[in-house]
Amino acid sequence: MATTQIIRRRIRSIEGTAKICKAMEMVATAKMRRAQHQAVAGRPYADKISQVIADLAAQSRVAEAIHPLLQSREVKRIAIVHMTTDRGLCGGLNTNINRLVAGFILEQNLPVTFVTVGRKGRAFMLRAGQKIHAEFTGISDRPTLFETLPISRVVIEDYSNGDFDLAYLAYPRFVTTMVQRAAIEVLLPIEPAKLPPIQAVDYIYEPKPSVVLNELLPRYVEMKVYHAILELVASEQSARMVAMRNASDNAKDLMEHLTLVLNKVRQETITKEICDISGGAGALARR
Amino acid sequence: MATFRLEVVTAERMVFSDDVNMVVAWGTEGQLGILPHHAPLMTMLRPGDLLIRKDNEEQYLAIGGGFLEVRPDKVIVLADACERAEEIDVTRAEAAKRRAEEILKARVPEVDAAVAEAALRRSLARLKVAEKRRRRLR
Repeated sequence: MATTQIIRRRIRSIEGTAKICKAMEMVATAKMRRAQHQAVAGRPYADKISQVIADLAAQSRVAEAIHPLLQSREVKRIAIVHMTTDRGLCGGLNTNINRLVAGFILEQNLPVTFVTVGRKGRAFMLRAGQKIHAEFTGISDRPTLFETLPISRVVIEDYSNGDFDLAYLAYPRFVTTMVQRAAIEVLLPIEPAKLPPIQAVDYIYEPKPSVVLNELLPRYVEMKVYHAILELVASEQSARMVAMRNASDNAKDLMEHLTLVLNKVRQETITKEICDISGGAGALARR
Repeated sequence: MATFRLEVVTAERMVFSDDVNMVVAWGTEGQLGILPHHAPLMTMLRPGDLLIRKDNEEQYLAIGGGFLEVRPDKVIVLADACERAEEIDVTRAEAAKRRAEEILKARVPEVDAAVAEAALRRSLARLKVAEKRRRRLR
């Protein structure tokens, strides 16, 4: 039977863990608010640039408009931009995205290379024996567009070079604080959103449409990657907050249970001692 | 006075969204003014100031390049970077300007002249917008 000393030690250790979990929960909560705000603030640009590209694509069906980034070609190789967190302790977030992508590549009959963002995904892909094309780690909790440009540059350049013919973007999409859903989207070639084309017949372009598209399309990809990173950060902090809250709740339950056990054991010891003493006293009296 | 909807967004946030009377921007082909019922237009923007007029009130934004689209229903500015006058850090902009000027003067080969020139234009745009605000406040 466990002695009171061992139980006390156990309670104290759980108390320490609970404190750390609580602290991490609070840090994650603060970061989560900022990250969620940032993710939402970026949405107007995403909507607008999609609109503009849809307009442009609807306008100029001329050969000129078939920009390399818009053109779908025969697919021989696939790249996946795989986004995970650097740090763990965020529940099933990374496991979910890893599982989704692993299932996805099993369905493909073509060679797949990875551009990994975050240490967790990189480690997973290496363990799975996948080819890694490029890797990025150390994304801050407050990502700027500038910070994410190297990622999109690599994807755009190597797509243009023909290293791969189709690029997917896999990231945990932030739905609510409780729900993050792993998502896979096509990143390249760009599929212009099918918005109802506006009626304007003659668009004035300054300079030529091809020049405008040349500038606009890479920006669109940069924006998509940046936005996915924002979703990733918001998801990470939310998932960590929820995981840490569960952990500290669990610790509290465990402590309550152990305190009950401790009291019972202590009571038993006391009862036993009293029994011994009164038994001894009775034996003496009888003599 | 006739108005139209103007929306200025960067990848990081929505900077401006309101009904306005006129916009003057720096396109790559020169400065252009946009009034209500302008023909549909798509242009690239150079780093520069963006003048917004609403009910005889003028406001400037510093734009670090981007795109401007005139649609029948509204005008969209997709800016690479954009600040309101009150957000501009004048000392930083001045430092950036000096740095860009030095690079251009020294012709350091490893730094692209075009990059430095773009940086110079961006800092000049910021300074100009900040200067206009200071004058108005006085």
